[in-house]
Amino acid sequence: MKTFSKLLGSAALLGASVAHAGELEVTHWWTSGGEAAAVSEFAKAFDATGNTWVDGAIAGSGGTARPIIISRILGGDPMGATQLNHGRQAEELIEAGLMTDLTELAEAEGWTDLVNPPALLDACTYEGRIYCVPVNIHSWQWIWLSHDAFAQIDTPVPSNWNEFAAAAPKLEEAGIVPLAMGQQGWQQNGAFGVMTIAIAGLDAWRKVVVDKDADAARGPEYAAVFEAAVDARNFASNSNVQDWNLATNMVITGKAGAQIMGDWAQGEFQMAGQVAGEDYTCLPGLGVNEILDTGGDAFYFPVIDDEETKKAQMALASTLISPEVQVAFNLKKGSLPVRGDVDLSAANDCMQKGLDILDAGGIMPSGDMNLTADTQTQIEDLMAEFWTSDMSATDAQERYADIIASAD
Amino acid sequence: MSSSTKARRPSSLFRNLSAKLASIPMVLTALVVFVGGTAWTVVYSFTSSKLLPKANFVGLDQYERLWSTRRWLISIENLAVYGFFSMIFTLVIGFTLAALLDRKIRGEDVFRTIFLYPFALSFVVTGLAWQWILNPDLGVQSVVRGMGWESFTFNPLNDPDIVIYGILIAGLWQGTGLIMCIMLAGLRGIDQEIWKAARVDGIGTVKTYVRIIIPMMRPVFITALVLIASGIIKIYDLVVAQTNGGPGISSEVPAKYVINYMFRAQNLGQGFAASTMMLLSVVIILIPWAYLEFGGKKRG
Repeated sequence: MKTFSKLLGSAALLGASVAHAGELEVTHWWTSGGEAAAVSEFAKAFDATGNTWVDGAIAGSGGTARPIIISRILGGDPMGATQLNHGRQAEELIEAGLMTDLTELAEAEGWTDLVNPPALLDACTYEGRIYCVPVNIHSWQWIWLSHDAFAQIDTPVPSNWNEFAAAAPKLEEAGIVPLAMGQQGWQQNGAFGVMTIAIAGLDAWRKVVVDKDADAARGPEYAAVFEAAVDARNFASNSNVQDWNLATNMVITGKAGAQIMGDWAQGEFQMAGQVAGEDYTCLPGLGVNEILDTGGDAFYFPVIDDEETKKAQMALASTLISPEVQVAFNLKKGSLPVRGDVDLSAANDCMQKGLDILDAGGIMPSGDMNLTADTQTQIEDLMAEFWTSDMSATDAQERYADIIASAD
Repeated sequence: MSSSTKARRPSSLFRNLSAKLASIPMVLTALVVFVGGTAWTVVYSFTSSKLLPKANFVGLDQYERLWSTRRWLISIENLAVYGFFSMIFTLVIGFTLAALLDRKIRGEDVFRTIFLYPFALSFVVTGLAWQWILNPDLGVQSVVRGMGWESFTFNPLNDPDIVIYGILIAGLWQGTGLIMCIMLAGLRGIDQEIWKAARVDGIGTVKTYVRIIIPMMRPVFITALVLIASGIIKIYDLVVAQTNGGPGISSEVPAKYVINYMFRAQNLGQGFAASTMMLLSVVIILIPWAYLEFGGKKRG
């Protein structure tokens, strides 16, 4: 009788798991060619565990996808798992108890020892509990240079920002856009952030972004950044594209000399069959100040009151951070893995540069981790206006300092 | 048959009751969703709510910040420009087209369909279509240059100073057809005897329209006015599809500010403050008008 009821129980369990055998809807905004190829690595690995990955890609950048994701969670229609940039974006959702606590799994698998740099896991931690799985390290601090464009003007490919700035007029004469720039706030804001690190240096940046010191934002280091940004604005004045991958495509096809963009641009070069060092060059920190931020993507698991789903969520969390998946995913994505113990000999020139910088400890926390979405939006608005108008460097600096002064 | 219906005709009280019963859902919706939601939004616009609404009152801080934000000021300015020209041109073009169609021309049905057709498209499709038409490399500019006028420049969507007019063109193209149809219906409602009388008195056609027909079409104009005004205040999807607020922030509109601050910037308080300002602007326009229209004289 006991065996029978056990059998019955397991049959019922089986029935339940067949009904929705760990089906998880996963939302993310990885939709460009290189990104889609990378995310399919996750899907493959997750399906191999006997669960089903239901792809919920949301087209558009994070700015479009995030509101959709958050309103679904708030509206009581949570997905199984979702991509978010870790940091302060999900803070209030965690506070409201809408995100699953992953601490047990993290302790069982020893994430605290695996994840490198540890700041990544810190950004997932809220009041001592872990709520997300970091999956990659993305850094903004790269400039991508087209060998083809510089060959056209018979100039060696620049090795830093100053050389690039010097070569820019020649590019312009040859009918090449010196700097490709998608006309969207987040891209302009990102490029500005990269120039800040390269030109003002880490200390000034830390004072402004981490300590919210408005006086530092009014200081001479930042003045130099805004001056350089005015130059960059002139270099990019003929760049009439919107999306970042279209801007990257201008560099790939030699229509533009360079683009300041995070390492996700790498996936696009790879898709186009280009080889780092031969067809394009990447310079971390604009070749001036080799520091990478450690922002990146992480997966969060909204609380769903269903045992099967919970099990599938844990299985996915564990899959995402497993060594094989980390390697397969990050090679396609062009980002760096979150664990230091994996073999990345297949990585190309640019990723190798990034890994070396990580090893040497040239890292800084990302802006996402220090500024709220509110402050970021205000800065993006300012940047969007700055890059498309003829606002002077001093005006822009003053308004930037005002936003920092009111940041929380 | 008729006698049986007569026998079962319900008492007047019962008739009223069923009408009242039927309207209860709408009354509740109006009270709870519209009035309740509006009041809630206004109350929470005085808080420092971020991602989630929290009753943490901060007085007028959100409004002070709103009115010192450049993006909001640009949004208001854009809405004013778009609203002013959209109102005038929609009415003028709509009425002119309707009057021309009303002259009993041949193929009226065909023209009416052509003029009304854009209205069948959503704002998103309209915005994308006009984004291409106004694209300097694909659209009007390249066509005119291709015909030999090499120096021709028409690139509103990439020029921060005139981008709102690029949106205005698309908005007019989409919206005038409907106004034309309403006007045409109004014109058809005018008694032919009036035309005959005007002709007997020797009044010219244009003068008849301006002096006699238009004043007679007052209710039609008011309907058109309300439709156009509500379209102006809620303009959002057209901008998102056509320029997404760009270049920079030069074509931002208030509704977009609200959405952005509520969801992307995760700052509900700021979004609520902005939407309350939008409500206030509607109220400021609506109340004097309603007073003039319904309060001054009792029409029976």
